[in-house]
Amino acid sequence: MNIVVCVKYVPDAQGDRSFEDDNTTDREGVDGLLSELDEYAVEQALRANEGGEGEITVLTIGPDAAADALKKALQMGADKAVHVVDEAIAGSDAPATSLVLAEAIKKIGAVDVVMTGVASTDGVMGVVPAMLAERLGLPQVTQLSQLSFADGKVTGRRDGDVASETVEASLPAVVGVTDQTDEARYPSFKGIMAAKKKPVETWSLADLGVDAGQVGLANAWTTVENVTKRPPREQGTVVTDEGDGGAKLAEFLSAQKFV
Amino acid sequence: MAEVLVLVDHTDGTVKKTTAELLTIARQIGTPAAVFVGSNVDAARPRLAQFGAEKVYVIDNADIDGYLVAPLAEALAAVVEQASPAAVLLPSNGTTKEAAARLAIKTGSGLITDATAVQVEGDQVSASQTVFAGSYTTTCKVTKGFPIITVKPNVLPPKASQAGAAVVNVDVAVSDAAKGAKVTDRQPKQKSGRPELTEAAIVVSGGRGTNGDFSPVEEFADTLGAAVGASRAAVDAGWYPHSNQVGQTGKQVSPQLYVAAGISGAIQHRAGMQTSKTIVAINKDEEAPIFELVDFGVVGDLFAVLPQATEAVKKAKN
Repeated sequence: MNIVVCVKYVPDAQGDRSFEDDNTTDREGVDGLLSELDEYAVEQALRANEGGEGEITVLTIGPDAAADALKKALQMGADKAVHVVDEAIAGSDAPATSLVLAEAIKKIGAVDVVMTGVASTDGVMGVVPAMLAERLGLPQVTQLSQLSFADGKVTGRRDGDVASETVEASLPAVVGVTDQTDEARYPSFKGIMAAKKKPVETWSLADLGVDAGQVGLANAWTTVENVTKRPPREQGTVVTDEGDGGAKLAEFLSAQKFV
Repeated sequence: MAEVLVLVDHTDGTVKKTTAELLTIARQIGTPAAVFVGSNVDAARPRLAQFGAEKVYVIDNADIDGYLVAPLAEALAAVVEQASPAAVLLPSNGTTKEAAARLAIKTGSGLITDATAVQVEGDQVSASQTVFAGSYTTTCKVTKGFPIITVKPNVLPPKASQAGAAVVNVDVAVSDAAKGAKVTDRQPKQKSGRPELTEAAIVVSGGRGTNGDFSPVEEFADTLGAAVGASRAAVDAGWYPHSNQVGQTGKQVSPQLYVAAGISGAIQHRAGMQTSKTIVAINKDEEAPIFELVDFGVVGDLFAVLPQATEAVKKAKN
């Protein structure tokens, strides 16, 4: 199977994330990395292709530093990488991101599976996989906590709020996985060495035939008007249990009128 | 005034509270019109009327239930074409966010997800979200098409306002392309009898410190009428169902009271709960980061503290 895994380079959630003056994410002030939730997509792609003849291409859109996210996926075992870099893309929203990804996937060509994570760990909207499926006209089998491929089909389990569903689709399809699929592997020493020789292509918007007027902050379909930092919570009372911790907790709840 | 479409969240005609909240918001923007997908609209109509739905667009088509997301998006697009709405409001859950995403692409309209507030100034609609693990609030406006906004539960108290709720049937022929992803089996979630996690006013969660025994957490939750949550560590260990996970990759909750028992408070967990109004924690480790957030904390063993608190709360109630 030929699989394209869409991944994102995001600011490290352990760092102190913030915004630029134009209300876009500050990418300078904090280290970036491959979004943790995308590692699950890379892992499932590697498993789906084990022993197969297909190729796994990892695809990202982002500034030069986003190559680090591709590198990690190549070290895990992906075969090649495509990096879409163009200054005009900065500040793109989900519809523009899905447009650029869709055009890049078409250019890669002969794709059986477009694999994604459930959401990025910075924007956390979780809408790009559905937008991609809509734009590519492919079946969408997303938010899967378990999945398997057989006979040109993908079958998986999707856990919703009210029901757990079994879903299936013929390939090609957009397949999205959650962090309930198995843990992603760590790159081995061999994988790290091998990754250095794997091809990384860099494409611009012009390479994809996408007009700069369709992407970027100025052409986003939504605009951030206002960003406010939440005031830090002031720590309240912390008591040590000396046999009366539960009673003190109940007193607090009564005083706050929760009881 | 232009119509504002509200996708009705219901189970076989039983309408959820979030729908009343969305209709209340819709009234500030324009003329509320409910979009009811499924059967048994007769059961739903009185409640939709009570919260101001002038119209109820009904799409009763088995293909929508039998396939994943794409047919629902087509149904919404069909109503949009008929109504030319000022805005479309949907509840925020996995499926509705994806349907909203497809609708955004189909109609060339901007999308805001997981809104925690919707403001209306003149004909301008904006929506707020919390981002970066609850550390920032952003306010966004849609600049292309009409606003499509998915809204979280409990953003405002619903206000009743009687309206006619006239039924308008909409025929939707689901395209073959939208039937690409089929639902072959559906197992309803087991009902716990407790409130739903994302809608509950009080949430009591357990973590690694429970060592797999959630009984003190559940008993304390039940005395408070609370929902039960779990940390990722507890879920990954198989101690509690994934559907109850609170955190960045689970449910985001924002109740009046959040009680964290045996949870250290990793950033991923904090991302799911730190907008709660009042936060209480019980943990053996006084260095646990969760204590940085608390209004009240107890350094101690949850197996001693929770049962004692449960008894004290029961006594106070009687």
